[in-house]
Order: sequence, then structure tokens, then C-alpha cells
Amino acid sequence: MVQTGETRRELALDCFLLAGKILMENGAETYRVEDTMIRMAVSQKMTNSHCFVTPTGIMFSPSDELPTRFVRINARQTDLERVALVNAVSRKLVAQELTLQQAYEELEEIDQTNYKFNMWLQVLAAATASGCFLILLGGSWNDLPFAFVFGGTGFIIVETILERTRVKFFAEFIGSLAIGILAILAVYSGFGIDRDTIIIGSIMPLVPGLLITNAVRDLMAGHFVSGLSKGAEAFLTAFAIGGGIALVLSF
Amino acid sequence: MNWPLEAFLSFLAAGAFGVIFNTPHRTLISCGLVGMTGWLIYRSYELLLGDPVQATFAGAFGVALVAHLLAKKFRMPMIIFSVAGIIPLVPGSKAYNAMRNIVENNYLEAIKFASEALMISGAVAMGLVFAEVLMQAVFKQQAKRIQRKIGMTPD
Repeated sequence: MVQTGETRRELALDCFLLAGKILMENGAETYRVEDTMIRMAVSQKMTNSHCFVTPTGIMFSPSDELPTRFVRINARQTDLERVALVNAVSRKLVAQELTLQQAYEELEEIDQTNYKFNMWLQVLAAATASGCFLILLGGSWNDLPFAFVFGGTGFIIVETILERTRVKFFAEFIGSLAIGILAILAVYSGFGIDRDTIIIGSIMPLVPGLLITNAVRDLMAGHFVSGLSKGAEAFLTAFAIGGGIALVLSF
Repeated sequence: MNWPLEAFLSFLAAGAFGVIFNTPHRTLISCGLVGMTGWLIYRSYELLLGDPVQATFAGAFGVALVAHLLAKKFRMPMIIFSVAGIIPLVPGSKAYNAMRNIVENNYLEAIKFASEALMISGAVAMGLVFAEVLMQAVFKQQAKRIQRKIGMTPD
């Protein structure tokens, strides 16, 4: 099945850019995005292509004569399942197990399906993680229910505000503020024992772990623009969490 | 320290982070195991030699090694396994103490905690990078050997 050159190239470009966009939006490293796009391009006989990926946009130039394309990335989240699925599609395309058309359809389906765990399961996971960290960091068993509940509450608050306002740092600030107030109330009322470990355990689900990892890996791979901007995002997140806690502690 | 309890809790915590980051469902247990490996290496190193920075480096190194092996096994990006694993190593309590001391106007104490937190996050980063470079070198050698065996010239 040989399509006419023009439409086929258009489809190929759409396919690469969609793959890059899904990867970048869901928390892949810059290096992986570029690598995936270039490999897919090489498999479609575009050997002289270049791409430039930043956390906010992807530029892709297939060759000297074809026009360069650009996609904007507006929102980023963490959904590693999508990263794994796109990775699998690109492997299959490179191994010639999928045609371009099939790959494009699969990518569109990945883009539109919601793979996230149920919200309540996520809250339960955040609560469990908080409880575990409380004990791991040397907290007392008496404080366990507080860390469990506050960790879950903080996570719900952050997700809800994020959904309403789309301002990540504000959501994290309010979330950690709420955790701080709750922890102080718990200790003040005499039920909780150690304010500090309750707070540390409960804010753990908000820690920007993925951003830190990605920032370091991007910097080491030579993607300085992406590395620095992800580092800035991680720093701002840490600052928002710290600010919320500091505000509570200063009273 | 209570080894089985800490192993279980770090497994559970890393698995829970797997759920939050929505890692593919069949890798959740592996994510938990990666987190457990990192935390146990970190804790035993800290108990034996007492330096949290070196211990964090060792923990992150272990996390990245195991994550790399699992990535090869599952044929998935390595980041899926390493992200949940390094969360327990992040210096949350040091950063918190730095913040608390700033608020309480104990700036000298705050600087001490902040620089410790900075050193530890640096150690996490170094551990990840070192393990990655090592694994890449090993796998490149391996690939070359296989290529030679089947009569392909390595590029």
C-alpha cells in the first residue's frame, strides 16, 4: 500500500508530533522524546530530521525541503502508563510491525483514553504513602492515623484546586497550608504527639520527585533548556510546599 | 531498627507512589521492590558508616541499577521504575527543618539543614547518573559482543 508522497509525509509528521506531545505531557524525559521522534522518523526514511524539545513546545524539522512543524504543550501531568504505551507503539513502528496509519490511530486512542487510577484509589495511595513515611522517618505509631488522614486530605485539596484553577503552585501552597493547620490542631488538641513528623509524612505525596529526576537526567544528557526549566518547576513546587508550611509555623 | 517492618513500609510507600504516578498496572509490584531496595541500601549504609550523603548516593545508585534491569526486562522506559524508588530518599525532613528554623529566626541552624538537604539531593542525582552511565557502558559492550557473535560489524 503506497500512499501518495504528500499525504503520507503529512501523516508521518502528525504521527511523530503526536507521539512527542503525549510523551512530553505525561512526564517523559526530554531525551526520550527526542530519541523516540527521531527513531520513528528514521523508520519512515526521514534520515535527516531534527527535533528540538522543550517542556512547553516541540519543533520538528523532517528534512531540508519539507516545512518545519511545531506543537505547543500547555499542561503537563504525570501519567507513566501513557509514556509506556507510546514507547511500545514507537517500538512496533520501528520494527515494522505497525503501519504508519495504525500507529497514528493507536496514538490517538492513547491520547484520548483516560488511564488514570480511580481518584479515590489515588487518594488512598497518597494516604498510605504518608502513613508509611511517618513510620519510616521515626514517627510514633500514635500519629499514624493523623498522617494517613492528612496526607489524603492534602492530596484531595491539591487535586481539586488544580482542577478548578489550573495554577499548580497555588494548589500546592494551599494543600501544604491545610496539612500544616491540621497537624497543628491535632497536636494542640492533645491527640497527636509530634507535629514535625506528621507534617513531613503528610507532605511527602506532594514532593516533586518526577521533576527532580527528569531535570537531572535532562541536564546530564545535555538538554540544558529543558533541564533548567524542569529544575525551576521543581524548585517552585518545593518553594510552594515550604511556603505553606512556613506560613503555618510562623504563628 | 526493625528490618522486616521497614522493608514492608518502603515497599508499600513506593507502590503507593506508583499508583499516584499511574505506572502501568503490572509494574506496580516491581516499583515497590525498587523503592524497598533503595531504602534498605540507604538505611544499612547509614547504620554502618553513618554518613547520610554517601548513604543516599548508594541508595540512589541501587535504585537506578535495579530500575535499569527492570526496564530491560519489561521493555519499558526506565523512568517508570526509578521515579517511585527515589521518593523515599528525597531529603524531606531536612528541608522541613531548614524551613522551620528560618521561620523561627534560627538562621545558622537553617543553613546547616539546608546545606545538608542540598548535599543529599545532589547525592540522589549523582547516584542516578553514575548508575546510568555504568549500565550504558555495560550494555553497549554486551550489544557489541552479540553483534560480533552473529557476524554483524558493530557501528
